[in-house]
Amino acid sequence: MEKAVVLNRLSRRFGDFIAVNEVSLDVEKGEIFGFLGANGAGKTTVIRMLCGLLLPTSGTGMVNDFDIYRENEQIKRSIGYMSQKFSLYQDLTGKQNFEFFGTVYGLKSKLLNERIDELTAELELSEFINRLAGSLPMGWRQRLALAAALIHKPKILFLDEPTGGVDPVFRRKFWDILYRLADEGTTVFVTTHYMDEAEYCRRISIMHRGRIVEIGDPRELIKKYNQPDLQETFIKLISRESQNE
Amino acid sequence: MNKIKFIAIKEFRHIMRDSRSLIIVILMPIMMTFLYGYAINLDVKNIKLAIVDFDNSSESRDLTGRFYNSGYFVKSEKLPDMESPEKVLVAGKANAVLFIKPGLAEAIANFSDYELGITVDGSDANLAAAASSYAKMILAEFLSSKFSSGQTESGVILRSKILYNEDLQSSHFFVPGLIAVILMMISALLASVTIAREKETGTMEQLLTSPVTPRQIILGKVIPYVILASLDGLLILLFALIIFGVPFSGSSLLLMMFGLIYLTTALSFGILISTLVKTQQLAMMFSLLATVLPTVMLSGYIFEIKNMPVVMQWLTQLIPARYFIMIIRGIMLKGSGLAELWTESIFLIALTIGLLTLAVKRFQLKIG
Repeated sequence: MEKAVVLNRLSRRFGDFIAVNEVSLDVEKGEIFGFLGANGAGKTTVIRMLCGLLLPTSGTGMVNDFDIYRENEQIKRSIGYMSQKFSLYQDLTGKQNFEFFGTVYGLKSKLLNERIDELTAELELSEFINRLAGSLPMGWRQRLALAAALIHKPKILFLDEPTGGVDPVFRRKFWDILYRLADEGTTVFVTTHYMDEAEYCRRISIMHRGRIVEIGDPRELIKKYNQPDLQETFIKLISRESQNE
Repeated sequence: MNKIKFIAIKEFRHIMRDSRSLIIVILMPIMMTFLYGYAINLDVKNIKLAIVDFDNSSESRDLTGRFYNSGYFVKSEKLPDMESPEKVLVAGKANAVLFIKPGLAEAIANFSDYELGITVDGSDANLAAAASSYAKMILAEFLSSKFSSGQTESGVILRSKILYNEDLQSSHFFVPGLIAVILMMISALLASVTIAREKETGTMEQLLTSPVTPRQIILGKVIPYVILASLDGLLILLFALIIFGVPFSGSSLLLMMFGLIYLTTALSFGILISTLVKTQQLAMMFSLLATVLPTVMLSGYIFEIKNMPVVMQWLTQLIPARYFIMIIRGIMLKGSGLAELWTESIFLIALTIGLLTLAVKRFQLKIG
């Protein structure tokens, strides 16, 4: 199986604080990987390093077979990123946002328009694409942001808490889209606090204080720790780790 | 190149969408021009003048009359005591004392050398400067009325204790400086706010995960503001020429060239500020504080640099507006060219390069 992400003892310090402590993990191409952890565990720092927003202090990392230290440019071209904050231009329409991000990725106008039409149809955005992004309800904004992150057909999609503040119906639809993307071969690397979402993932990792404490198939982890569901498994793991310190 | 263009187009869309700030950008310069042009009128009138006339001839009485009838000077409340005329100045009873030594009438008749002395209370620099230049002007009129044209010049000269500010009309003096102040303020403000906004809303992070370089971001974001600020500059210039009748004797091409250099400085400053703050509000406050005060106070715009304490005079060398104001006044009022303005030009260009390098470096470090 080809790997989309390979991390080997990746660390990042901020002064004395070790935000990410020797994290090693593999993500296979086309899988949905759930990157879980309590608040402040270091998830966002890992994602920022994977997306080329931050350099690691030590360790190695490959994204789409590109080195995260040296091949930043190539990585940026091949990934899509959607952060927990809604980060489209709120005073532009959805379409203007798409046009802008499309050109940033070097899409020529013909291809860009095709891609916008495609995404509008796939994500059912036609009603909203000509309204100001800032005027839309949260659920639609997220979907707009997802579409913007997909404009250049990235090989990996990094999603940092993409469904925060969105109602369950929207969340379900959002995940339907992620499934479809994974089926088409896009790797999805997602952080979330919703355990029902995490159960949709093929594999998950659980991070605590900068380290990965468990990794595997969510169903197998539930069995391994003998818990009724992933939520209890997560809580049990985190409290066990906290006691060990 | 294409990316820069699209960032610039997007930035224009932001500007057009946000009509309120667009109005501010256009209206503020107009309002400030009026404010500085009309309300802050620093033309000095009613200077209290004491005249000590030792000559006591018809000529000296004529001169005295000209002073008091000029509209600029009024009689001081108290006549000076002959032995120590400075006392009236110290007591604040007069702003200036004119000494007419014996021999004025003979000097005019014989074309001989003669010195008139004026002592001006320097505590109000603006008034002092005005007083001595008015006195000069009045003396020149007086002398030319005594000699018909073609005759040799008289030896009568005026010696004043304080001598500067040759340009009398304050609007002529202020409006060019105003262009420097407004361009600095608007450019720094807009540039810092637009970048801070992207940081605040998280779109900067989104941009940085895409294959654009920090340099492209800066360029793309700054180009629309160069255009906007240039329009502002032109607007004030038109006001200056049409409404205030400020002369324009130099090369407009040269002025445009320096205008662009100065804009670059101001925008670099704005980018630098944006790397120091996280929110739009802070960016706004910071850039207003860091541009308006120093630019107004330390550039020679209102206060003469020569009159400042030495330490402050050193500080003014770091203010880009100082050089731009000298350049713009030189070009507009005196018709100066590069030959006269080369020192200022070198300083301004050096400051621009320094600030730009610093801004781009810090931007790449902090945001990139």
